[in-house]
Amino acid sequence: MAGAMAGTLSYAYAIVRYSDPLEHSALAGCRGVADGPVTLVRSADLAAAVSPVPDTDFSQAALTAHLEDLDWLERTARAHHLVVDSLAAHTTVLPLRLATVYLDEERVAQMLREGHQTFAALLDRLAGQAEWGVKVYVSTPAAPEPQATTPAAEAADPGRAYLRQRRHHHQERQDVWHTAEEVVRRIDAGVREVVSEHARHRPQQGRLADTSGENVANDAYLVPHDLAEEFRDRVLRAAEGRPGVRVDITGPWAPYSFSRLGAPEEAPAP
Amino acid sequence: MTRHAAGAEPGDRPLVQPQVALIDLLDRLLSGGAVLTGDLILSIADIDLVRVSLRAVVVAIREEAERTWTLELPTSSAEDGADRAEPY
Repeated sequence: MAGAMAGTLSYAYAIVRYSDPLEHSALAGCRGVADGPVTLVRSADLAAAVSPVPDTDFSQAALTAHLEDLDWLERTARAHHLVVDSLAAHTTVLPLRLATVYLDEERVAQMLREGHQTFAALLDRLAGQAEWGVKVYVSTPAAPEPQATTPAAEAADPGRAYLRQRRHHHQERQDVWHTAEEVVRRIDAGVREVVSEHARHRPQQGRLADTSGENVANDAYLVPHDLAEEFRDRVLRAAEGRPGVRVDITGPWAPYSFSRLGAPEEAPAP
Repeated sequence: MTRHAAGAEPGDRPLVQPQVALIDLLDRLLSGGAVLTGDLILSIADIDLVRVSLRAVVVAIREEAERTWTLELPTSSAEDGADRAEPY
C-alpha cells in the first residue's frame, strides 16, 4: 500500500539510523496519520519512517483548512507522536515537524541523501538522551472571601474593606509569583550539571492549558538516559517547601525540542 | 504527568504510554521537530495562518517563537553560527 500510489503522498515522521529489525519491532502493525501502515524508506545507513496519506487531505490547501480544525489537529498530532514514540522506544530518533509531506518515497530517499551529513551528526548528538518537560505553575488561589466578621469601621464603608482585601490579595499573588520565579532559577541551576541542552517554550495559556494554575515556565531539557532519575530528583528538590508553586515533569519525550537543524536544508528544485 | 522508570534504556520504555496532554504535544510538534523542505511543507504564511486561527484555543502556539524560543547548545561549534536563519 505504501509507495507512489495514485492519490497518495508520503508523510514523514522521523529519521533514524537504519536497522533491519526496526520494521519488525517498532513499526510492526504501527498505523500512522490517516491510518496508513508505517514503513521505512532507506538511504545508506539512514531511514525515514513514512506512511501513505491521501492527497485530498494533505494538499497544501487541504492542510491549511484542516489545521484550523482542532479535532483534526489532535488526531494528526497524536498519530504522529505515536509513530515517533514507537521508534524512540527502540532507537535514537530525529523527529520531524508535524505535516512534513513528500510526493512519494523516492522524494523522501532524496531528502535523506541530500541531508545525510546533517542528519547523521544530529542523531549522534541526540543518542542516549531523552527530552523531559518541566512546567512551573503558580496555583490558582481561591477568590478572596468576603470577611465574615467585618470590622465595625469597615462595615460602614464596604468600598474601603473591598480595596483592603484586594490589596492584601494582590500582595499574596506577588509573593507567590516571586517564589515561582525563584523555583525556576533553582531548577535551572540545580540541573545544569546533569543536562546537555535546555530549550524554553512559551508558557502555556488558553483553553487547552491546565487550569489549576498559571504556567510560569515551560522548559525542555535534554537529559542522558542514565541521569534521568537524578534529573527528576533535582527538579523536585528545587520546588520543595514552596507553597503555592507546583512543578510538573513530563517525559520522557523524543527530542522534539532539540531537533532543529543547524542550517536549513537546501530546497531541491521541484 | 507521564513518568516512567528513570534511567531506563530506550528499549525498556513501555510501549503503551499514558496519553500526553495535547498542549504539551502541540508545543513540541508545532514549534519543535526538524524542519525539512518537504514537497508540500507548510509555508511560512500557512504557519502564520495556523497560529492566527488557533490562537484563541492554543495561545501556546507562539506568535513570537523566534524571540521567545531559545535553544542553548553548549556543544555547538562556531560554524553552526547564529547567522543561519531557520526557515520558519
